[in-house]
Amino acid sequence: MSKAVLQKLQATFGAAILETHSQFGDDTAVVEPSHWLAIATFLRDDPACAFEMMSDLCGVDRLDVTPRFEVVIHLNSLSKGHRIRLKTRVGDEDGEGAQVASLVGLWKTANWLEREAFDMFGITFQTHPDLRRILMYPEFVGYPLRKDYPAEKTQPLVAYRTEEEAGVPLDKQAPFGPHEGMSFARNDFTKRAEDAN
Amino acid sequence: MNAPLKSVTLDGNQNGFATTKLDALLGWARKWSLFKYPFVTACCGMEFMALTSPRFDGTARFGAEAPRFSPRQSDLLWVVGTISQRQAPVLKRIYEQMMEPKWVLGFGTCASSGGFYDNYTTVAGIDKIIPCDVYVPGCPPRPEAVIDGLMLLQDKIATGDRTPRIVKPRFDPAQGHQEQLVQLRTKGVIDGGAK
Amino acid sequence: MESLDLELDEGHLELPAEPMRLMMGPSHPAMHGTVRCIVDLSGETILKVDVQIGYLHRGFEKMCERGTWAQVFPYVDRLNYVSPMLNNVGYALAVEKMCGIVVPDRCQWYRMVLGELARISDHLTCDGAMAMELGAFTPYLWLIKAREMIWDVLEEETGARLTHSFGRIGGMAKPPTAQFKSLVRHSVSSVLRIVDESEKMLLKNRIFIDRLENVGLISAADAISLAWTGPILRATGVAYDIRKTQPYLKYDEVDFDVPVGTKGDTLDRFLVRLAEIRQSARIIEQCLVRMADEGPVNVDDPRVMLPEKESVYGTIEGTIQHFKLIMEGAKVPKGEVYSYTEAGNGELGFYLVSDGSGTPARVRIRPPAFTNTSGLSQLLEGRMISDIVPIFGSINMIGGECDH
Ligand code: SF4
Repeated sequence: MSKAVLQKLQATFGAAILETHSQFGDDTAVVEPSHWLAIATFLRDDPACAFEMMSDLCGVDRLDVTPRFEVVIHLNSLSKGHRIRLKTRVGDEDGEGAQVASLVGLWKTANWLEREAFDMFGITFQTHPDLRRILMYPEFVGYPLRKDYPAEKTQPLVAYRTEEEAGVPLDKQAPFGPHEGMSFARNDFTKRAEDAN
Repeated sequence: MNAPLKSVTLDGNQNGFATTKLDALLGWARKWSLFKYPFVTACCGMEFMALTSPRFDGTARFGAEAPRFSPRQSDLLWVVGTISQRQAPVLKRIYEQMMEPKWVLGFGTCASSGGFYDNYTTVAGIDKIIPCDVYVPGCPPRPEAVIDGLMLLQDKIATGDRTPRIVKPRFDPAQGHQEQLVQLRTKGVIDGGAK
Repeated sequence: MESLDLELDEGHLELPAEPMRLMMGPSHPAMHGTVRCIVDLSGETILKVDVQIGYLHRGFEKMCERGTWAQVFPYVDRLNYVSPMLNNVGYALAVEKMCGIVVPDRCQWYRMVLGELARISDHLTCDGAMAMELGAFTPYLWLIKAREMIWDVLEEETGARLTHSFGRIGGMAKPPTAQFKSLVRHSVSSVLRIVDESEKMLLKNRIFIDRLENVGLISAADAISLAWTGPILRATGVAYDIRKTQPYLKYDEVDFDVPVGTKGDTLDRFLVRLAEIRQSARIIEQCLVRMADEGPVNVDDPRVMLPEKESVYGTIEGTIQHFKLIMEGAKVPKGEVYSYTEAGNGELGFYLVSDGSGTPARVRIRPPAFTNTSGLSQLLEGRMISDIVPIFGSINMIGGECDH
């Protein structure tokens, strides 16, 4: 249904549309980052497109491919009942120079979604009014959803307890022995109290 | 009530009588008047709601109903749900603000060990930050398990034991309890629910 | 707060009007433990709010990139933990869209019934919690009791009260049990009774109405620009429900209404949820009538379905197939898909990227609660501090989903 939109985009922007495809019924256009804002504005304002809602914005890390990141938005038109996916590709192998225009002026929801993409991938949205981390804490170094960020690498804000403080071996704090802590082993406690007396 | 209140006979030069007795009495009093601070963050909170509401009524029956949202007025910290690295300082601060004596109950696998979120943002168990008295595993634990945990904690309070304890299933299929399980299932919920 | 020792003229009774900065949360009873609001107050009026989320960020998307496609199910359960079944179904549909699988009719009806049950439990929890936060404890207890009845059915079907992990790529983990229909009918009718009672109790309560009406108003255009979906968008009068506009499963074959509000205030959001409970009950009844008692639930597709246990233990092909599916995971064709369903809070989208292997290259969830919460600060600004509680409650922010 939104094939028409793709054709219209190609007719209007020509070479700025790098490729289009309609896999699994989702119509997709990959566009030049420099035309990102212009194309998005067109899609929102053109009466035949009328994408009033930006459902989603996210980043994708395609490690080892340059440009490395994709910024993907999914647009939804309530009045026309069609949807489209718009993508652009930014950033070099090290994730440097990943910059694209911000869409906050078009859809309010872009505010948080772009902050999230910035937080997770380090993609910078120029002219975003308030670009700071949203899910991670400000002290966090690195971008967790990049494929080269190790999944288990934590950056604790408070120091973990040491063994002296805890008084028990730290990796074996919970008593996992066969007889300990069974719900019916509560008898042990009573017994111990009796023994002590 | 089977609190270990025992009269003890002492001979002349022993002077431990009063303290023993007072400790036991205090323990008994404390275990029936726990003021909880629910530190509810995640999915386990849904079970926590179920626990405190009519069907299970799992806290009022044990004198642990009244929630206090000020840490200074509470003595039992329920850590319900995943603790992320970002949340950790908050949890620690709240624990430190609580008055002695204080106890901590780790509700759910995430609070106990981090659960299956073994990644950059999750604290692998609250015991990395604060001491924990009773661990209730389960994702989320059934209210029955939590009630077991609460009773376990009461016993710990009564005896003054501070070693961490874990709640284990009463019927463990691996240990030959299948029969009880089958009985429970056939006579219990199914007909009861449909009536 | 600044100290008050400013130099004041005698007789000049103006008090210093420094805005006061108040930190609410993250450990605050009304903040559900996972949100922090930094509120700038002038007296009791909110000048500016900074809503900070992320206290429950659990790295969902990162975790998904480490397992197989099927291992994502437990994680989606714990995103929206008030209605896990809808997430299960949503994710299953997304992967099936990629694999080109359509599940058998019986399974589609089954998924719809379970999904609508989950929706009921979601709305019960949301409305109940909202009432409780406003001091109406009895309806909360009643609604939670009703939710308990829904959970009984789900437990009977799936074996878990809350986190079912019941969806599978190409079907469900188990076929419906023999008493499924009677259990559902029985519990839904009791739930409706309780809902009626609670509604009477709440809506005749002057205090409750006063605290909700005309609080947190938002226009339809703003709501759309904020990408609000679900009950809170419908409360502004936009009849947008994915089950109607882009039907999936068999929603085009059942008859139901889309309740909408008129003003987009907190009361509307509350009422839309209540009305949706009744619509869900209608859908469930129709599904039960049309769902066959016999027939396959899972697709017969060795690419994604585990073989029968008998053949796993009895035949070498079965063993190999089982081993490959478990160890390597079902292979999903290369490409990308965005699949969306109507979850308890709105449009639940999954944007999946596959590189053709058994492990997802990217699982992106579009959580309704995230976009919904992003509109919170707009609703709060200019209101009184006591309005935070009902407004926040009516947004139904679910930490797991909002913070991923
Ligand atoms: S233990 Fe399970 S249910 Fe509880 S918070 Fe963790 S993931 Fe959620």
